[in-house]
Amino acid sequence: MISTIIIVGLGIIMIIAGLVAIHLKNLLAAIITTGVISLFASVIYLILGSPDVAMTEATIGSGLTTIIFLYALNRVRKENDND
Amino acid sequence: MIFALILGFVLLLIGIYGMLSQRNLIKIVIGFSIADTGVHIIIVAVGYLRNRTAPILDSAVSIKDAVNQVVDPIPSALVLTAIVIGLAVTALMLSFVVELVKKGNSLSIDKYQELKW
Amino acid sequence: MIKKIFVLLTMVGLFAVLYPLISHFEYSENLSELASKYVTGSVEDLKSQNVVTSVIVTYRGLDTLGEVTVLFLATAGIGFLLGKRKGKKRKSSELLQTTSSFLMGLIILFGVYIFTHGHLTPGGGFQGGVIIATAFLLLILTDVNMKINHTILQVVEAFSGAFYVGIGIVGLVLMIGFLNPEIIPLGKFGYLFSAGAIPIIYSLVGLKVGAELTNILDTMRGE
Repeated sequence: MISTIIIVGLGIIMIIAGLVAIHLKNLLAAIITTGVISLFASVIYLILGSPDVAMTEATIGSGLTTIIFLYALNRVRKENDND
Repeated sequence: MIFALILGFVLLLIGIYGMLSQRNLIKIVIGFSIADTGVHIIIVAVGYLRNRTAPILDSAVSIKDAVNQVVDPIPSALVLTAIVIGLAVTALMLSFVVELVKKGNSLSIDKYQELKW
Repeated sequence: MIKKIFVLLTMVGLFAVLYPLISHFEYSENLSELASKYVTGSVEDLKSQNVVTSVIVTYRGLDTLGEVTVLFLATAGIGFLLGKRKGKKRKSSELLQTTSSFLMGLIILFGVYIFTHGHLTPGGGFQGGVIIATAFLLLILTDVNMKINHTILQVVEAFSGAFYVGIGIVGLVLMIGFLNPEIIPLGKFGYLFSAGAIPIIYSLVGLKVGAELTNILDTMRGE
């Protein structure tokens, strides 16, 4: 019962975050919002009985993917400034 | 768990809608990333069985009766490798974006018309 | 306008295709035949506590080998596209540098713990490799002028990949099958030295993933 409540609550936050990430004009905020979706997804994997997947999603999905997006954004901005 | 299945389904649709409707190259990669998370949640939710625990046979599970106490390990194994590949694919897509911006000086996909018919 | 109509039509079509997945969903009460064979086989044949690890390393070992190859190809593609560029030199805070070099050893130790205990607790080569990559990420975030030696990364990656394939070929020579962990005595269920070659294979995967992801991070950083 309590796991259902957690999944529904986190799910509503994740769907709102997904719509916000798609529609935000600010790219930095959109990237951070995508990281939030992955972080909550790792909690859902833990409730669904797969701690291995939860660990992978927490480190890769919300950690490294966000950093790689930020590095790419940084390089794109530098290219636009140079010319 | 039907709610997790619906959640993954909605995230997949949001991601594909973002990929199709947005004009910004980085926004398209963000849409791909959201759709990826949705597919992973769908696969894990299909392997879940009610009132069972994780497939790790320590003191919480009696080893003789393990078959009736753990969830399906195969979707977990599939999703684990898919997440790592997802990171590599996302990084490759972003390096394509950086390279395109270096050549075309614009983040909007409408500016790149070489292959348009 | 016509673009928006096409997007809308695609979304409606996808919804119609995927809707039966939810409306026809049924709770199953028992594991499938294949999954129950994996669970019992993990205890009896492999003596590995973590069933997910035995599926990844042994039952689906060839898939994992292919997956590590795909990761290598993606790394090579990124290195090909984004060459090195020179950036401005900047000094970073000494406090940050001292703390990060102190923390780095601890984080690497934690990563090694995660992948050597992959057959006992949640975790394994992929997670441990990512944790090792985050240790190097901390280093390149705090010290802007830090240069990571790509030759060492390539040597680590090449040797761990070659040993991974080598362990598989040893299984072929002994005629018990490619990537079979029984080339080493299986040991006692639930101990660190158990499950045959599974901890060795997963440690090699961890080193390879760690080296590749560090390479990706350093290439994406530019500068």
